[in-house]
Amino acid sequence: MCFDAYDSEGFYDEMFDAAGKPRLRASLLADKISALNDGELSRRQQAAERALLNMGITFNVYGHEAGTEKVWPFDVIPRIIEHAEWQYLERGLKQRIRALNLFIDDLYHDRKIVKDGIVPADLVESGKCYLRPCQGFDPPGGVWCHITGTDLVRDADGQFFVLEDNLRCPSGVSYVIENREVMKRTFPQVFQGLGVVAVEDYPEKLLETLQFVAPKGCDDPTVVVMTPGPYNSAYFEHSFLAQQMGVELVEGRDLVVSDGYVHMRTTHGLKRVDVIYRRIDDDFLDPLAFRPDSTLGVPGLAEVYRNGKVALANAPGTGIADDKAVYAYVPQIIKYYLGEDIILPNVPTFLCSDEKQREHVLANIDKLVVKPTNESGGYGIVLGPKATPEELVAAADRIRENPRNYVAQPMLNLSRVPSLVDDRFEGRHVDLRPYILYGKDIFVLPGGLTRVALKKGSMVVNSSQGGGSKDTWVLGSDVIPTVTNVAGDVVVPPEPPSGPTQRQMQTTS
Amino acid sequence: MLSRVADSVYWMSRYLERAENVARFVDVNYNLSLDLGNRVREQWEPLVYTTGDQEVFLENYGNFSQRNVINFLTFEMKNFNSVLACLSGARENARTVRDIISSAVWEEINKFYLYVKNSAGDKRLLEEPHDFFHQVKRSSHLILGLLDATISRDEAWFFAHVGRLIERADKTSRILDVKYYILLPTVTDVGTPLDSIQWAALLKSAGALEMYRKSRGRITPRDVVDFLLLDREFPRSIRFCLSEAEESLLAILGTSHSHFRNEAERRMGQLSADLDYAQVDDIIKSGLHEYLDGFQDKLNAVGAAISDSFFQTSPAASNGAVLAK
Repeated sequence: MCFDAYDSEGFYDEMFDAAGKPRLRASLLADKISALNDGELSRRQQAAERALLNMGITFNVYGHEAGTEKVWPFDVIPRIIEHAEWQYLERGLKQRIRALNLFIDDLYHDRKIVKDGIVPADLVESGKCYLRPCQGFDPPGGVWCHITGTDLVRDADGQFFVLEDNLRCPSGVSYVIENREVMKRTFPQVFQGLGVVAVEDYPEKLLETLQFVAPKGCDDPTVVVMTPGPYNSAYFEHSFLAQQMGVELVEGRDLVVSDGYVHMRTTHGLKRVDVIYRRIDDDFLDPLAFRPDSTLGVPGLAEVYRNGKVALANAPGTGIADDKAVYAYVPQIIKYYLGEDIILPNVPTFLCSDEKQREHVLANIDKLVVKPTNESGGYGIVLGPKATPEELVAAADRIRENPRNYVAQPMLNLSRVPSLVDDRFEGRHVDLRPYILYGKDIFVLPGGLTRVALKKGSMVVNSSQGGGSKDTWVLGSDVIPTVTNVAGDVVVPPEPPSGPTQRQMQTTS
Repeated sequence: MLSRVADSVYWMSRYLERAENVARFVDVNYNLSLDLGNRVREQWEPLVYTTGDQEVFLENYGNFSQRNVINFLTFEMKNFNSVLACLSGARENARTVRDIISSAVWEEINKFYLYVKNSAGDKRLLEEPHDFFHQVKRSSHLILGLLDATISRDEAWFFAHVGRLIERADKTSRILDVKYYILLPTVTDVGTPLDSIQWAALLKSAGALEMYRKSRGRITPRDVVDFLLLDREFPRSIRFCLSEAEESLLAILGTSHSHFRNEAERRMGQLSADLDYAQVDDIIKSGLHEYLDGFQDKLNAVGAAISDSFFQTSPAASNGAVLAK
C-alpha cells in the first residue's frame, strides 16, 4: 500500500512536505506503511476498532437514548511530531500555563494587571466563569490550573497556534493512553526503531500532582476523582483515571461534609478526603454556594475548601482564564507577568465587546469563525465561509444582542494527516490537545490528543460532530531512551548487566 | 489417592501456571520494547535469565534477538520451560489422570496445548505476539476457573492448588529478582520514584499494576518489592502464594496449623512463617538478590519434600497418619 497517489492539496501535511517527500523521520513510518500488502492496513484498522470496543473505550452521546455508548472513531495512521517541534511546543505551553496561573492568582488578589490597564476590569467582571467568592483565596502551592488541555492547530504554513485554553475540565487524556495501547496491540511493528516517546506514565504524574496540592499537614493524602455519574459523556475517562491512579471514583452523593472536612461514605464509616480531582463544573460543586438546584455536588464543600481543609483540582474560578475574550489578551498577560514574548502565538482574535472590532466582525462575518466565549465542545461555533445566509444573519443578531459573549477569528486552514479512507489515503484536518500538569513542576505529556475531522473537507474535529482521533507520536531525540534520575536530571542509563543468574526450574521427577 | 496420581495432578498444575507466567513475561517485555527503541540486547537477554535457561539458549541460538528469544521461550521444545513444552507436560500429566479431573478441565487443557502447538509455525507471531499471548492467558484462566468450579475440594484439587501456588511464587520471585537487578536502584534510591514506566512494566508482568495502585499509590522501588514479595492480599505476591499453598498442603492430611506430620509440611510452614515476619527494608538492606536466591532454594526444598513425602511413598517413608481414602 503506497502513498504515490496521495495529494496534500495545498494544505500543510504533517507527514509529507509540499513536494510530496516524507518529512525527516516520518520517512521511516511512510516506508513501513508502504511495505504493507494491500488490504493489510484495513485489517489493522478493523482490528483496532474491535480492540476499542472490547476494551470498552466508549463515550456516551447526549441527545440519544441514555446509555448509548459509541466507540470514538480511531484512525490507525499516527500523527508524528518531530523532536525539535515538540521541544518548541513544550516550551510554549509551559510559558503559557505559568503566565495564566499567575494571571488567575492576581485576579483573585490585587488585580495588578487590571490596575495597570493591561486587561479591562469589565472584561473580568463580566466573565461567566469569574467567581467572586474566590477573591483572596490561596490555593495550596499557589496553583490554580493543575490540569490543562490546550488546543493547538497548525495553519497552511506549518505555524502552530493556540486555539483555546481548556482550564476547566479538559477531557481526552484517557484516549491518548488507550490509543497508544491499541496501536501497540494491533500495529506493533511500525513502532520499531522509531523511538516513540512513551505516554504510559501520565497516571503516575497526575497522582503526583494531586498529592502535591493536598492541604498542608496531609502526609498521606486521600485523593478521589469526582464524576457527575455514569451518564456523563466522559464517564469512561473518569473511571479510567481513577482506576489507573488506584483512587476512588466518587459521585457527589458519596461525599458528605462533617466536622469541617469532606468525607466519603464507606462500609467502614466515614473516611476523610483530602484532594478532589473534580470533573464537574464550578456551578455544580456545592448547592449551598453555587447553583442551588445542583444534585451533583456536595452541600458545604465550598466552605471546607475555603477553610483549606480540602483541595480541588482544578481550583474553582480557574475558568476565567479560558474565557475566549480573555484569551485575546494572553500575549499581553505573558509579557506582563513573565516579561517574555509569547512563544506559541494566539490566533488573531476580534473581541465583539469592542465597538471597532465588532464592526469589523459584522462586516466580514462570512469570512470569520464566530465563537461564544464560554462554551466548549464546539457548541455554538459559526464557520462563516460554510454557513448559510440565514445562519449568518442569526449569528450577527446574537453578536449585537450580547457582544461580550462572542469573539471572532479568521478561518484557518488546519494541517492534515494522511488517513485511511476506503483502502486508500486521504488528507484529513487535525488539531492537537497536549495535556499539562501543574504541581510541583509543570509537566507536559509528550504528544497529546490528535483529533481528526473524518468528514472530507471538514475542519470540525469535535467528537460530538464527526471527529475521531489518532495516536500521536513524539519522536525521541534519538533511539536511546533516557530516564530521570533521583536528582531530576535526564540521563541515558548505562548498558545494564544481563541479570543475576537464576536457578534451573524444578521439573517432573 | 494414589501417589502417582497426586504427582501428575500437581505437575499438571505447575506446568500450566508456568506456561502462563512465561507468556506474561514475554508479552509485557514485548510491549515495553516498543518504547525502548533499538537496545535489543538489554531488552531480551534478561528474560532468558529469568527462566534460568541461558545455557540451553546459547547452545541453540546465536544471539538474544527478539525473534530468537520469543521463539525460545514460547515454542522451543529443547527448552523444557517454553510455553509449548510446559503445555506438553501439563497435557501428558492430565492425560494420565483423566479419570480424576473433570472432562471439562481435560478438554480445555487439550485444546490449549493444540492451540499453542498449531501456532508454532506461525512466523508472524514472533513479530506480533500480543494476540497469541492474550489467548494463552485466557486459556490458563479458563482452566483455573474450571478447576475451581467443577472439581470437588478433595485431594486432587488441593494438590493442583499447591502446585499452582508454588509455581507462581517461584515465578514472581524470578521476575522480581531479574528486573530489580536491571533497574538497579542503589540503596539510597529506594523510596524515591525512578523511571515509573519500567517499574510499572515489572508490576504488569505479575498482573499487579492496578492492584498495586489501589494499595500503594505511586510507584517506588521499595513499595514494588514490598508488594510483590510481602503483600498479604495480592494473589501473585510471594507471601500470599505461600500462605495459600500451606493451607492447601495441610488440608491434604488434615493437619492443623503450626503442626506438621512430614518434611513437606514442616518446610512449607517454616518458609511461610518466614515471609509472614519479614520486613522489606531489612531485605533490601541486606540484598534483595541474596534474599530471593535463598527463598528459591528453600522453595525448591519444599518442592522436593512434597515429592518425597507424597509421591515417592515407600515403606520407609511414612506420613504418620496417612490413610488410604
